[in-house]
Amino acid sequence: MARKFQIQVCGGTSCNNNQSEIIIDHLNLELEANALENDINVVRTGCFGLCSLGPVVKITPGDIIYTHVTTDDIKEIVAEHIMKGRKVERLLYKDPVTKETKSADEEIAPLRKQMRIVLRNCGVIDPENIDDAIAHDSYEALAKVLAGMKPADVIDIIKKSGLRGRGGGGFPTGLKWEIAYNNKAEEKYVVCNADEGDPGAFMDRSVLEGDPHAVLEAMAICGYSIEAAKGLVYIRAEYPLAIARLKTAITQAREYGLLGKNIMGSGFDFDIDIRYGAGAFVCGEETALIHSMEGMRGEPTVKPPFPAESGFRGKPTNVNNVETFACISPIILKGAEWFAGIGTEKSKGTKVFALAGKINNVGLIEVPMGTTLRDVIFEIGGGIREGKRFKAAQTGGPSGGCLTESHLDTPIDFDNLLAAGSMMGSGGLIVMDENDCMVAVAKFFLDFTVEESCGKCAPCRIGNKRLHELLEHITKGNGTPADLDRLKNMSLVIKDTSLCGLGQSSPNPVLSTLENFREEYEAHVITKKCPAGQCKDLMEYFIIKDNCVGCTACARVCPVGAISGDRKEPHEINPGICIKCGACIEKCKFDAIIIQ
Amino acid sequence: MNKIKSPDDLRRRKKEIIAGMDDKEKIRIKVHMGTSGQASGAKTIYEFLKLELEKRNIDARVISTGDMGYSFAEPTIEVKLPGEQPVVFGSVDRIKADEIIEKYIKNGDLVNGILPVNYQVIR
Repeated sequence: MARKFQIQVCGGTSCNNNQSEIIIDHLNLELEANALENDINVVRTGCFGLCSLGPVVKITPGDIIYTHVTTDDIKEIVAEHIMKGRKVERLLYKDPVTKETKSADEEIAPLRKQMRIVLRNCGVIDPENIDDAIAHDSYEALAKVLAGMKPADVIDIIKKSGLRGRGGGGFPTGLKWEIAYNNKAEEKYVVCNADEGDPGAFMDRSVLEGDPHAVLEAMAICGYSIEAAKGLVYIRAEYPLAIARLKTAITQAREYGLLGKNIMGSGFDFDIDIRYGAGAFVCGEETALIHSMEGMRGEPTVKPPFPAESGFRGKPTNVNNVETFACISPIILKGAEWFAGIGTEKSKGTKVFALAGKINNVGLIEVPMGTTLRDVIFEIGGGIREGKRFKAAQTGGPSGGCLTESHLDTPIDFDNLLAAGSMMGSGGLIVMDENDCMVAVAKFFLDFTVEESCGKCAPCRIGNKRLHELLEHITKGNGTPADLDRLKNMSLVIKDTSLCGLGQSSPNPVLSTLENFREEYEAHVITKKCPAGQCKDLMEYFIIKDNCVGCTACARVCPVGAISGDRKEPHEINPGICIKCGACIEKCKFDAIIIQ
Repeated sequence: MNKIKSPDDLRRRKKEIIAGMDDKEKIRIKVHMGTSGQASGAKTIYEFLKLELEKRNIDARVISTGDMGYSFAEPTIEVKLPGEQPVVFGSVDRIKADEIIEKYIKNGDLVNGILPVNYQVIR
């Protein structure tokens, strides 16, 4: 018996705005009218990633995709496709250039904005089963390298691919390998930086949990290229699941002879161990990371010497991030030109972003470099929660800055983000809506850096603390316009004089919010108001007399006795006593209490 | 396990592994059990599926994998019926898992909550 048709209607935010609910209703009605409702199944799905073609309807079997479907098209779809088994040609996707129609889902796939290279095996393979990994091409690139490529050939491919470090700095990976290769020594080390510390970023964890062999393989390739025999993964102990899976993967790779002595009969020895970090943000900085691995304090030292000259135990060491390593095998297998063909002029390949904050589809996405912020937030991310207005997006975590509405159409890559006053960082993207106060946001990130500063150099240790105090001062309503200049000056001094990347970038959130949202800072210091209504100390609670029925509920719940009034008479709040806890608002059933 | 002795040996091993997978004829279910998945209860779903499929006499292979990145819809599971494209379902609780077994796995009827493939994969 031929399988009956099933209809999937995209219920993603973008298609939903374009009436996917109504389409579902119409489909069901039309099917009922033709007495087909028991044979045909209509379901609502998540986003198809074809938002510009929405509303999208997919019919199986055949995986036929109809685009720009309206309620007027329903009759025809049911009459033609469902009843007669003929495609409705006019609703199929037509290539704007070649005018070719494409009907099956797989033909349309390249139109999708997401492209998975780093996350290729995440959620696909069983990370605890090396056979599954090998069946999905793991260690194929290592085999290719060991079967006859010279270290210089591998480095050349990585250089030509244009791959840049995904941990934050964006340093060309091939160049890094070349420097480590050129520093001759008996002993060298390959280090994988899995100390993912940006608030909101978790792509490294996901890769290690979903596809640990990708990292192990790439580390071995790196070891071969720079002539190192030892690899170390520096991972924070807060990632127990990633550690467990990594350990299993290492054990299995050793059993298969893919790590250890004489790998695949090539004479190349390489083994990997794990080093645990205690989760200090500064240990993501490579010199601090190396000190931490040596059992010393996780404090950075001045570069040069760079780790490539004198790193772990004073030996040449190459440090790369998890995501960078995850890009290596596909580059080896598919070639430098292929990778260099994706992305923008100076930023090649794809980037994984961790979407967080006030966005509908919180999670990980992977897009080619050069995708615009608008596509990331409004198409892939499903837009702002509860239909609120987009205000800003913080990239680069506590070291980055915020992007505003005016940056929505900027293609995201390393250089454009720097030009916009932010940075790529490790790819955390925190979205803020109209209800977020940018002064409070800057304070939040400063909170984090003050906590995480290692304290070695004075500008970072003392400067950030003072910066934080100033912001505290402003959000409490005690700021003056002169404070804004002090904020800026102090930020610039901290940036110029700090020892490592942490201090050099920690004032960025302040500078960038000050630059983009100066009027909000001014409101805090001049009129002493918080436009977003976030800073508690700048708000006052009022009772609207007309709405108040005098039920006394608020007066009874007030913990400090700030509300007074007679029964059945409008009440009043004494601002001198009120601690702005909000208990009265929650209790009031008549919407009589407001914050101003 | 014998060590892999040469690059050709790896390729041979890969072929053997792929040939040895009886997946084509079998229902295959992946439960995405990274940290995000487990925090949302993927473990319960994994155990529920194993137990219920056995109880209902359905021959299926249930494996655990990492997360796909759909943090907003965890726990997520992927069901691959023989001869069909894999389908990912989001926000799976025990009620949804039961519905998936009864409707999709038994009869091939899709249910609400599908997360379509909205990306291209490059290997």
